Amino acid sequence: MDLLTNALHDAFAPIAISYVLAAIGLNIHYGYTGLLNFGQAAFAAVGAYGMAVLIVSFDVPLVPALLLALVGAVLLALVMGLPTLRLRADYLAIVTIAVAEIARLIFSTSFKQYFNARDGVQGFTADFRDLNPYGEGAIGFSRNDLWVITVGWLLVALVLAFVFLLMRSPWGRVLKSIREDEDAVRSLGKNVYSYKLQALILGGVIGALGGFVGALGKGSVQPDSFNTDFTFIAFTMLILGGAARVMSPVVGAVLFWFLLTFMDVLLKRITGDGGFVPGWLLNPDQTGNVRFMIVGLVLMLLMIFRPQGIFGDKKELAIDAR
Amino acid sequence: MPADLEKSRGAAAAALADVAHEPGAAKPDPIVVVDNITRQFGGLKAVDVGHLEIQRGVITALIGPNGAGKTTFFNLLTGFDTPDTGERYLNGKSLKRVAAYKVAKLGMVRTFQLTKVLSKLTVLENMRLGATSQLGERFWAGPLAFLWSGQEKANTERARELLRRFKLDAKENDFAGSLSGGQRKLLEMARALMVEPELVMLDEPMAGVNPALKQSLLGHVKSLRDEGMTVLFVEHDMDMVRDISDWVVVMAAGAVIAEGPPHSIMSDQRVIDAYLGAHHDTDISDLDPEEILAEAEAEIEAEKEGNA
Ligand SMILES: Nc1ncnc2c1ncn2[C@@H]1O[C@H](COP(=O)(O)OP(=O)(O)OP(=O)(O)O)[C@@H](O)[C@H]1O
Ligand SMILES: [Mg+2]
Repeated sequence: MDLLTNALHDAFAPIAISYVLAAIGLNIHYGYTGLLNFGQAAFAAVGAYGMAVLIVSFDVPLVPALLLALVGAVLLALVMGLPTLRLRADYLAIVTIAVAEIARLIFSTSFKQYFNARDGVQGFTADFRDLNPYGEGAIGFSRNDLWVITVGWLLVALVLAFVFLLMRSPWGRVLKSIREDEDAVRSLGKNVYSYKLQALILGGVIGALGGFVGALGKGSVQPDSFNTDFTFIAFTMLILGGAARVMSPVVGAVLFWFLLTFMDVLLKRITGDGGFVPGWLLNPDQTGNVRFMIVGLVLMLLMIFRPQGIFGDKKELAIDAR
Repeated sequence: MPADLEKSRGAAAAALADVAHEPGAAKPDPIVVVDNITRQFGGLKAVDVGHLEIQRGVITALIGPNGAGKTTFFNLLTGFDTPDTGERYLNGKSLKRVAAYKVAKLGMVRTFQLTKVLSKLTVLENMRLGATSQLGERFWAGPLAFLWSGQEKANTERARELLRRFKLDAKENDFAGSLSGGQRKLLEMARALMVEPELVMLDEPMAGVNPALKQSLLGHVKSLRDEGMTVLFVEHDMDMVRDISDWVVVMAAGAVIAEGPPHSIMSDQRVIDAYLGAHHDTDISDLDPEEILAEAEAEIEAEKEGNA
């Protein structure tokens, strides 16, 4: 039974929330607008590092630090989008990968007095923890985690409500139209470039919110949390849930974490001393990697039998084939 | 032709009465002026138009054989393509380096020969997208539905009215991707009209539309003209051109080779040579089969000699 509780636990933990937010951002980019942003990790990194460094090195109070970090995410979106969004879709994809890697390199090797290289930044959570109304931990979470989780999921709810309202507005209609045929939208007098830029900024800012939650949960910020895996896992979650549905990134992310932890615990249990799987087939050191293989297999099967994702509409898929 | 139709065409035709029947003729009130526009694709000069004026408030047809450069010319006018040389003006304003969406905002809205309906939006949503100056299309106003719901309702009313005209009202909640080819053409034209353009440019609007509906839509296009809209359309169907256009511009091999009212264009020898072929006015069945055979043989002979 604790197998399930363990998995459920991880599926709602702060790190899961940070992926949920990253995936919601990607849903705006890719799901609704058709923009391929492979650098979502950079947005989360700018959020996390922005907040941490401003608090630790510049003594900025929590709220202004958060706001300034979001301004950083907006600037990052402009850097990625301004030169590429007029061009074909692939240019954005390439530039976002490159920018994300450059950002990670800067955080891990430059400005060591602020970023602290691989050790990262610590000691920025005091203000946030002071606000914690909980007396003690509960349902298996520490007092701290409980506070981060409360704030994190509240944030997710707010963001989802905002995205929901936006996507059923005429603004959302323009985005969905751009995803399908930019020229049709242009011919009706809409500034496609500006809408794409707005979408890139919005999704990036939501990604930065994910960076906040992850950093506050962990109590530290390291460059390695923001490698390309981050982006691709977030993409996987989005596609698992079904792109262009408001709730899908949440369900996809929670399910993904659940599966991952479930597999991990399960594999650990059936291997090694207590388990029935012989050591020559699989030993406990290997389970960390094998679980990714198994989760990957499950995802493949899901995509084969339900290509539209859990929430997607099969009718929409069918329409692609004229 | 019904009498009232003749009359409304009369008003438009009167404005063009004194215009010379030659390529590049000056018009009394041009909405579009084109000067020395060229566009080259590799070694092929797809468009090479010296001077052309499109009269305001009339229906102008742009005709020419396949590959004459009509669609390319549309692209150049509407900012979807950039000319290698030359200038184009809308209402006297140069369109040099003006983005396609701005051209549309200035009142020149086009449809595409290969339709561009948004398949994953419903027919009604496609129509609503066409409406201009929507407050709800601003990011900050998007979540505040009370700000834009009134406007949306008015736009929906207008959309439904147009859909009824175009016989698509029963389809309003279907995905546009489920429409037939002809229905897509209709939806795209209706959507362009949602923009309420000053000048609407239709690239083969009636291709694949059934004859009965075609007649009623032609009537609609004429009523748009009578309300002051300017129409420029590309069409291969000569009956339609004869029926609704006030003025015809003929392109061949990228250049404008003739201009004039439909009846004179149809009998212009250059046009016939370039485009219509020798038998355009005669019904095939009227001809003596022997005669056709003899003619064809003569042609083959001539070709053989030419090749030799
Ligand atoms: N993007 C392009 N690249 C290369 N050549 C092109 C391109 N677009 C058009 N052309 C060429 O330019 C010429 C004019 O094409 P265009 O589409 O303007 O003709 P059209 O008059 O619209 O013909 P149709 O009546 O068949 O639609 C053709 O020879 C075509 O092959
Ligand atoms: Mg064409």
